[in-house]
Amino acid sequence: MSSSNAVDLARRARLGWGIGLALLVAAPFVGVYPVFMMKALCYAIFACAFNLLLGFTGLLSFGHAAYLGAAAYATGWLVRSAGWPPELGVLAGVALGAALGAVVGFIAIRRQGIYFAMITLAMAQMVFFVCLQAPFTGGEDGLQGVPRGKLLGLLPLNSDLVLYFVVLAVFVAVFLAVVRIVHSPYGQVLKAIRENEPRAISLGYDVDKYKLLAFVLSTAIAGLAGSMKTLVLGFATLSDVHWSLSGEVVLMTLLGGMGTFAGPVIGAFTIIGLQTYLADRVGSWVTVIIGAIFVVCVLAFRKGFVGEFNAWQQRRAKPAE
Amino acid sequence: MEIFGIPLQAFLGQLLLGLVNGSFYAMLSLGLAVIFGLLGIVNFAHGALYMMGAYVAWLGLEKFGLNFWLALVAAPIIVGAVGVVVERTLLKHLYKIDHIYGLLLTFGLALIAEGIFRDQFGVSGQQYSVPESLQGATNLGFMVLPNYRGFVVVASLVICLGTWWVIERTRLGAYLRAGTENPALVQAFGINVPMMVMLTYGAGAGLAAMAGVLAAPVIQITPLMGSNLIIIVFAVVVIGGMGSIMGSILTGLALGLVEGLTKVFYPEASSIVVFVIMAIVLMIRPAGLFGKEK
Repeated sequence: MSSSNAVDLARRARLGWGIGLALLVAAPFVGVYPVFMMKALCYAIFACAFNLLLGFTGLLSFGHAAYLGAAAYATGWLVRSAGWPPELGVLAGVALGAALGAVVGFIAIRRQGIYFAMITLAMAQMVFFVCLQAPFTGGEDGLQGVPRGKLLGLLPLNSDLVLYFVVLAVFVAVFLAVVRIVHSPYGQVLKAIRENEPRAISLGYDVDKYKLLAFVLSTAIAGLAGSMKTLVLGFATLSDVHWSLSGEVVLMTLLGGMGTFAGPVIGAFTIIGLQTYLADRVGSWVTVIIGAIFVVCVLAFRKGFVGEFNAWQQRRAKPAE
Repeated sequence: MEIFGIPLQAFLGQLLLGLVNGSFYAMLSLGLAVIFGLLGIVNFAHGALYMMGAYVAWLGLEKFGLNFWLALVAAPIIVGAVGVVVERTLLKHLYKIDHIYGLLLTFGLALIAEGIFRDQFGVSGQQYSVPESLQGATNLGFMVLPNYRGFVVVASLVICLGTWWVIERTRLGAYLRAGTENPALVQAFGINVPMMVMLTYGAGAGLAAMAGVLAAPVIQITPLMGSNLIIIVFAVVVIGGMGSIMGSILTGLALGLVEGLTKVFYPEASSIVVFVIMAIVLMIRPAGLFGKEK
C-alpha cells in the first residue's frame, strides 16, 4: 500500500515539474518580463545548489554568496576586459566557484553544525573584502557594462528571448543534475550523513570526502548561477558577494522547502518576485519584510511550501488506507 | 624614534586602536559564548543589539540630553529588556530543535532591526562626541594617549573580568554553568531554569549594548555597524573556541592587537587577517585555541 503511495507521489511530483516547465516555456510569450524571469531562474539555480548542501547533506553554508559573487566577477571581467566568449567566461566562473569551494570546504568541514555555518560565513566575508579592494573588481561601483556576446560564436545573446531559453536550458540541466545526484548511490550516502553522521562513519564511509565533494559540487553550481547572472544583467557588484545574499539563499530554500527538489525554485521565484515588487514601493522596509519572513519560517513554517504540501498530501492519502 | 622603519608614535597609536577594537571583540564574543552555552543559540542579532546600544546613546543625547554616563547605564537596561522580550516570545520555541534554526531566526531579527533603523535614521553615519571628562590626551612619555581610548580599554577589561568573576566565582554563576551542562537536572534541584535562560539572554544583550555605547564616540554610528562587526566576532569565537570565558576575552584582545599590527605593516590585509588566522587555527587545532574537542 505504502509503496504504491510513494509511486503515486513520485508520479504527481513529475506531473508538477512538467506543468512548471510548461509555464516557464510559455512565460515570455504571455507578457512576463524576460529579464525578471532570467534573474529569478539564476537565483533558482543558486538555491538548488544551496539545497544540495543544506537539504540533502545537512550542511548549512552561511556564505554561499561568495561563490556566486566570485564567479559573477570572474565572468564579467573575462568577457568584458579580456574579450572571452560567453561560454568560456561561464566555464571559468564555474571553475572558480569549484576551486574556491574546495579551499573553503577543506577548512570548514573540520567543524560540524553551527561552527560550520560560522566558518563559511567568515570565509565568505574574506572573499567580500578581496572583491572590495582588488584592482580589477571596480570597488564600490562593481563591473558594469558586461556584453552578452554570441554563444559559441553563433547565437546572439543580445536578444532577451534567445538568452531566456539558454538560461532556461541551463536551469533544467541543473535541476535534473541535482535530482540525479540525490538519487545516485552517492546521494544516498549524503542523506545517511545528514541523518546520522557517526553511523555513516561507523559504516566505513569517508564522511569528510563525501561532504567535501558535495560542497564543491554545490559551489560550482553556485558559480554557474553567478556567471549566468552577470551575462543576463550585464554587471557584477558587491551585493553579489555580500552576506545578505548568503542569508537570502537560505531563506529561499527554507521558504520553498529544503530537501525537496521544487522547493528552492519556488522559494527563489517568491523572494525575487517579492523584492522586485516591493523595491520601489517600500524602500528599506524590504529588509524588514525579508527578516520577518525569516522569523515566521523558522518558528512556524520549517517545511516550506513544498514540504507542507507533501505533508498535506500524505495526510490526505492516509485515511483511504 | 622608529621601530621597523615606522615612527614609534604611529606604531603605538595603531596598537592602541587595535586594542580598542579588541576590547569590543572581547565583550561581544563573551556575550555570544555565554548565550551559546546556555541557550544553544548562535546569536546573529548580537551585532544588532550592539548597534542599538550605540543608537540609544546617540538618541538619548540628541533628544533627551542624556549624558554618556547615564547612557552607559540606560542602554544595557533598555536593550536588555528588548532581549528578554525576544527570548520569551521567540527564542524559547527553538530550544528543542536543531541549533541552526537559532542562527537563522536571530539573522531574521538582525535584518528587521537594521531595516527599521535604516528607515528611521538613514545609512549615513552619526557622530557622538567624547564625554567632556575624557576629552584630551595624556603624554605618557613614549606616546600620547587619547584619554577616551585608554578608558575604553580599561572599562571593557573591567566589564569582561567582572563577567568572568560572576560566572566562574559566584553561586549564580555556578547555577549557570550547571545549567549549561544539564538543564533538566538543575531544574530538578529547584532552580528556575527558564528564568535563568531569560535573564542570561537579557544580560548578553545588555553587554552588547554596553559595548555599543562605549563604541559610539570612536566610530560612525550606522545601522550596519553591528553586522559588519559580528562576522569578525564569529571568526574570533571560532578561533578561541566557545568553551571558555577567559579564552573569549584573551582571543578578542589578541586579535584586535594583531589587526592593529597588520594595519601598520600591510594595511591592505588588515580587514582579512582575522579570517586568515581563523583558517590557520582550524588547520592546526580544529576545536579552537581554548576549545575542548567534543
